[in-house]
Amino acid sequence: MQFNKEQTKALKELLYLLADDELILGHRNSEWTGLGPILEEDIAFSSMAQDKIGHAQNFFEMLHELGEPEPDTNAFARDENLFRCCHFVEYPIGEYNFSLMRHFLFDHAMFIRYGMLSGSSYEPLASAVRKFKGEMIYHVLHADTWIKQLSQADEESYRLMQSALDECLPLALGMFETLSGENLLSDSGIYSGEELLRQSWIEKVVPLIESAGLILPDLNNIQPAFGGRKGIHTDYLKPLLDEMSEVFKIDPDAEW
Amino acid sequence: MKIRSLDPRITRLEIEKNKEPVIDLKPLDHWQTFEVFVQVKKGQHHSHVGSLHAPNPEMAYILAKEQFGRRTKIVSLWVVKTADVFTAPGDEIMFERNDEKIYREAGGYKVMDRINRFKKSKK
Repeated sequence: MQFNKEQTKALKELLYLLADDELILGHRNSEWTGLGPILEEDIAFSSMAQDKIGHAQNFFEMLHELGEPEPDTNAFARDENLFRCCHFVEYPIGEYNFSLMRHFLFDHAMFIRYGMLSGSSYEPLASAVRKFKGEMIYHVLHADTWIKQLSQADEESYRLMQSALDECLPLALGMFETLSGENLLSDSGIYSGEELLRQSWIEKVVPLIESAGLILPDLNNIQPAFGGRKGIHTDYLKPLLDEMSEVFKIDPDAEW
Repeated sequence: MKIRSLDPRITRLEIEKNKEPVIDLKPLDHWQTFEVFVQVKKGQHHSHVGSLHAPNPEMAYILAKEQFGRRTKIVSLWVVKTADVFTAPGDEIMFERNDEKIYREAGGYKVMDRINRFKKSKK
């Protein structure tokens, strides 16, 4: 399918959302490598972080096909205000309860988004996200199991999971900020949009949160942390980008 | 005095030097162990590949998946509580061989797996 100039621009916004969310959270989660709570979980969490970077790489390659810079340059040498990631992924890893809750809320959203995109009229995107399905099934199984386990283990772990949920929800709802050119995406069959995703996500995660025994605040009273999709970021992003690109910037032309 | 490391993640944790460990685990204060079995191909046996600590089968399963299914392709994974594996005490002596009855041993079975694999590959 051929897209006109405006549609292509909107498609790029979508690809930057996907690439940046996966890259930044992949990098954040990899900060647990070597510091995980137990050895097997360290391996599992690191492995999933790697999966995310892998997904990001696929999206950066699509962007390159559409005339954007080389994947490495695009990931490591782009200005902060050109990033399209949401605030949720920028936040530091915090304690493990925060990282786990973010993993749970984020991966369910991304899994549903991938599902919606698996029928996209932009074929390279549709076939890529279909490839990610197996990995995502594991990611959400991993997240669901931990959330259930820690919410029901003892009083302390319950309290920690509840406080992580309360802290995460405004940030999580910020994932669904309307994209620039979103109506063009739905009209051309590329992507049916963030509002539909938000509804499906709520239908998916609310029963899981309730069956874990956590108390869900009224989502309508929560102010979502918007801004990321427009390039307005938290103070956490810049130091992350500096650290992530430190080696790349020593010699940007190095052959790897 | 805080620990400063070349690894920025360690430095960020702001760990006090010479501080007592936060959690004091008693020798038996650990999770139980689970035995992990993987199936490499449909129709083949599940083979034992190792064990790990977990609080319950669900947790054992998600931890085993990356621990034992990451480097090779597998199609199925089982976890079994180590405590559920039955064995008889003193089995080592029971299995000792009597050299005079060596005619009972079926040495041919040892290469049977290889023969079967070879036959299959020729089909």
